[in-house]
Amino acid sequence: MAILTSSIARKVAMALSGLFLVIFLAQHFIINLTSVIDPETFNSLSHFMGHNFFVQFLAQPLLIFGVIFHFIMGFVLEIRNRGARSIKYQSFKGNENSTWASRNMIISGAVILAFLGLHFYDFWFPEIVHKYIESHPIDETRYYTELLQKFESPIRTALYSLSFVLLALHLWHGFSSSFQSMGWNNKYSKALQGFTKFYAIFIPLGFVFIAIYLHLNQ
Amino acid sequence: MKLTLKIWRQKNNKAKGELKTYPIDGIEGDMSFLEMLDVLNEELINKGDEPVVFDHDCREGICGSCSLQINGEPHGPDRLVTTCQLHMRMFKDGDTITIEPFRANAFPVIKDLMVDRSSFERIQQAGGYVSVNTSGNTIDANAIPVNKQDADDSFNAATCIGCGACVAACKNASAMLFTAAKVSQFALLPQGKVEATERVLNMVAQMDKEGFGNCTNTGACEIECPKGISLENIARMNREYLSASLKG
Repeated sequence: MAILTSSIARKVAMALSGLFLVIFLAQHFIINLTSVIDPETFNSLSHFMGHNFFVQFLAQPLLIFGVIFHFIMGFVLEIRNRGARSIKYQSFKGNENSTWASRNMIISGAVILAFLGLHFYDFWFPEIVHKYIESHPIDETRYYTELLQKFESPIRTALYSLSFVLLALHLWHGFSSSFQSMGWNNKYSKALQGFTKFYAIFIPLGFVFIAIYLHLNQ
Repeated sequence: MKLTLKIWRQKNNKAKGELKTYPIDGIEGDMSFLEMLDVLNEELINKGDEPVVFDHDCREGICGSCSLQINGEPHGPDRLVTTCQLHMRMFKDGDTITIEPFRANAFPVIKDLMVDRSSFERIQQAGGYVSVNTSGNTIDANAIPVNKQDADDSFNAATCIGCGACVAACKNASAMLFTAAKVSQFALLPQGKVEATERVLNMVAQMDKEGFGNCTNTGACEIECPKGISLENIARMNREYLSASLKG
């Protein structure tokens, strides 16, 4: 049972669930990007994702489990780690030896969690109500219009953009760190780290661009 | 050099400690940090006060006895040196220096700046060794060929002096770098492979049992380690642990 409860097992569990979410994020980004390039493609992809059996009843529950697991594990680890030093230092210069992002994953994670609440309120819950609770005729062209409506508000656009900045910080440490946790540290690590840092900046910035673009193209 | 020292004073493990301020004068840049504390202690003794208790032994950076969190960093602001090798020239006239013990629940304070690091000994005892028949049949270690890179990596891991700076620097008070160095130095050698499975499982189990925090890969331990023990060792220990767990 040590494999399930040890400190290394927890690290690996965080790494695997995090990598799973990183892959999901890339897929989400590609679909969102089509809203800027070609709204029709965005509509048909959204319709496919919303009505495909595999996506709805296998991938979606797996994703929700992955998100919940990553957050609960993250909070549990934070509480345990804080408990390992009951008496705090009067002087602690963390900036001298580590990045802010690496020391404050719980803060960036909590902001992302709050953002997910807003995101679910905006898109997921209305979609569930639309599909499964209220009866509407199938309309494959509604997604882009609904998306535009959400980004009409400058406050919502700003909140989304701010959350993506925190997501970038979270990924900046978390993505490369997940490989170290799984024991991957060798001559290829530098190149891999370069890719993870690029991903950590490019994907969240891309989401910010999409949010601002939609806001400005009402 | 004139300095103001803010030093953690704590009568014993049960007592509540606090930072006390001591002005000190006549400190030379060529003095080591511990020599500066010796000067302070001499003054305190002459005044009839209790001297500050701190760990020290070899005073040449190899025993791992000295510790101290100096201005928020283990072993102070210099890199790749222990407190005994830290020179006072790293500070300026008029500076205020805050000196605290290494803090972790697994390193309880004994008195003032001295902490109990026997948790490290127990991790080592859980598997940080190679069982050798010493009844006259011992094979000369040099008779076993070892890949040069593995020998170098093993030697680098073995330079860990077990001072605990990794734990002190880590925001989670994690002992992963220490344990990983001790696992790595044997895992890389043919002599160590025989007991590799139980070694890593037992040492990690002991590390967890001692109450150290979890590693979150901030890398602070590697930066603050006076011997420059690399994070590669933690990755190696993670690999060793996963493979040992799957073996049974």
